[in-house]
Amino acid sequence: MSTPDRPTPGQTIGPFFGYALPYEGDADLVPPGSAGSIRLHGRVYDGAGNPIPDALLEIWQTDADGDIPQAEGSLHRDGWTFTGWGRADTDLNGHYTFSTVLPGAAKDGAAPFFALTVFARGLLDKLHTRIYLPGHPANAGDPLLVSLSEDERATLVATADATGLRFDVHLQGDRETTFLTYG
Amino acid sequence: MTAPTTKQSVETQADLSAEIAELEKLSIEADAEGQNVRQPLLDYPPYRSSILRHPTKDPRHADPETIELWAPCFGNSDVDPLEADLTIAGSNEPIGERITVSGRVTDGEGRPVRNQLVEIWQANSAGRYIHKREQHPAPLDPNFTGVGRCLTDSEGRYRFQTIKPGPYPWGNHINAWRPAHIHFSLFGRAFTQRLITQMYFPSDPLFALDPIYQSITSQKDRDALVARYDHDLSTPEYSMGYNWDIVLTGPSRTWTEPEEGDL
Ligand SMILES: [Fe+2]
Repeated sequence: MSTPDRPTPGQTIGPFFGYALPYEGDADLVPPGSAGSIRLHGRVYDGAGNPIPDALLEIWQTDADGDIPQAEGSLHRDGWTFTGWGRADTDLNGHYTFSTVLPGAAKDGAAPFFALTVFARGLLDKLHTRIYLPGHPANAGDPLLVSLSEDERATLVATADATGLRFDVHLQGDRETTFLTYG
Repeated sequence: MTAPTTKQSVETQADLSAEIAELEKLSIEADAEGQNVRQPLLDYPPYRSSILRHPTKDPRHADPETIELWAPCFGNSDVDPLEADLTIAGSNEPIGERITVSGRVTDGEGRPVRNQLVEIWQANSAGRYIHKREQHPAPLDPNFTGVGRCLTDSEGRYRFQTIKPGPYPWGNHINAWRPAHIHFSLFGRAFTQRLITQMYFPSDPLFALDPIYQSITSQKDRDALVARYDHDLSTPEYSMGYNWDIVLTGPSRTWTEPEEGDL
């Protein structure tokens, strides 16, 4: 076997992605308000507790049945096909919103989650993490969640609210989000 | 129009260059001691905006679950082939040096990343972005938006037709200028391989001065972001060619050879 090639390094998304990467319908994996839809939303904060108005978040998830979507159409959504992927930039309050469905478990007994990547001006490379569902019985046996301290675990579990789920991202600080490496 | 007055810094390039040199030295020492130095560093104070925006804790290891070993799927309904030509957005030709940028996207084992989305954005030839927060008083070009997309082909190859971006000033310190670059966004064979980065042009005199480029402290890894002039990609009487290959690593599901007729 040959040595694997070294990865091409990341660089910051910078301040000027706003006219290039967001597009109409990017954050609506399902039409807002459609049957079974939820709002997944929250704010992104820096180490001083200030909201970050120039972050970009992407989620990738199973469908409600736990199947992995392999349908095209994320860039031109037809309103019927669930592609499992979406993108949301933060507003001036650091707030993002997705319209989606709750992910199902990919395997029996597995804890469902949204895979999340975070980009921002000032952040030199992408960050990976997961958004777990509050109160899901499988969370108690999830290998990642059980490997974390209670405080760390709390940063990865969304909270339920009137319209769905709330999940804040803290790049730094007392409530710094637990970020992941898969290496 | 005068130069922008917001975000005035009192720090000079000499201050920054001293910090850059010190961090490179520490990083090379750590590497020599066998530590795995992250490339780029996330905690890199010479890039002032990173100070409050980098995680302070090491990332936690996770065994990738099923969804993370797959990538979202994009196709012909998502991307019009014309989106790979950034020079046709207006009614006239954009101003600047016409270039072709092309290369291959592979995984760490050299296998092609096929039929995947590549997105780019860039400044125009005067160093100006079409963006409402952009303050640089260089001219906008009505015939250039600086945004493109394409899908990789069955060999993992992408190709864009564009114009060479100009360097531009920014507020990091006094007289801070970014080397000319094109922003690239890439998807791999797994979500773990997601990458956003920047492609640079050969022999830019601003490399040594730029804290974003220098946040990659290993020369070999920095070099991987610099395109190569490729005369075979140049088009006679029309445009200059640059080759830039991209390697996306990270665990993914088991590789399967393309099926017969799948290409
Ligand atoms: Fe840029």
